[in-house]
Amino acid sequence: MMTIKETFPVTAGDMTCAGDVSARIKRQMKQVGVPAAVMRRVSVGTYEAEINLVIHSLGGQIDYEMTEEKITIRVVDNGPGIPDLKKAMTEGWSTASNEVRNMGFGAGMGLPNMKRNADEFQIESTVGVGTDITMVFNI
Amino acid sequence: MKVSELASLSHSRVLTGEYEDREIACGYTCDLLSHVMGKGQQDMAWITVQAHMNVIAVASLMDFACVVIPEGLPVDEMIVNKAAQEDIIMLSSELTAFELVALMHENGVPAAKKG
Repeated sequence: MMTIKETFPVTAGDMTCAGDVSARIKRQMKQVGVPAAVMRRVSVGTYEAEINLVIHSLGGQIDYEMTEEKITIRVVDNGPGIPDLKKAMTEGWSTASNEVRNMGFGAGMGLPNMKRNADEFQIESTVGVGTDITMVFNI
Repeated sequence: MKVSELASLSHSRVLTGEYEDREIACGYTCDLLSHVMGKGQQDMAWITVQAHMNVIAVASLMDFACVVIPEGLPVDEMIVNKAAQEDIIMLSSELTAFELVALMHENGVPAAKKG
């Protein structure tokens, strides 16, 4: 059975490269002919996660695994961790800086968009350690 | 409505130069990128005053028909080059976002469906 696996590092604070990992994953999906609707959902989830890594984290990585049945995106960062996950999952709630808000981020839709687009969504976070998100998309 | 018709009716400049014309399925205007990620659909025309790299990333990931920058706002050459590289058609119009939406609506372009 076909399995494609890759890990992409994401640098904190680098807004000019934000979206590059999502673009690479989309290209890979396109190459193997993943249906457009699935590709769109994976792209939204991955992009939101990538942006969160750049804006909020101290850096991290995105693991991508594709089989014939599903695509799994795992996002792990090196901190700082989310103190109140319930709040973070609420639409409209954001701790983004004014600088990134001026760029159109910080609408408080990132995590809700990830959850909405994934078939399975798991998030764990420990302050001082980091955040670990897994999104599964059925093909 | 095709991108070329929108460009012509709105007297837009096509910043990204020559392009392969495509049909506009629906339209949306918003400057908050997560809202656009939530609502965006393939072949959508997106009107936004934001003109930075992440706009190109969103438009490319969502396979939008075009990005329209209203009110003749300046767009950095680096952004235009990136858009061209990603095959994103970028228009610049002197009209406001409101006028652009009205123009598209009058010409039968529906709103993006509720996400």
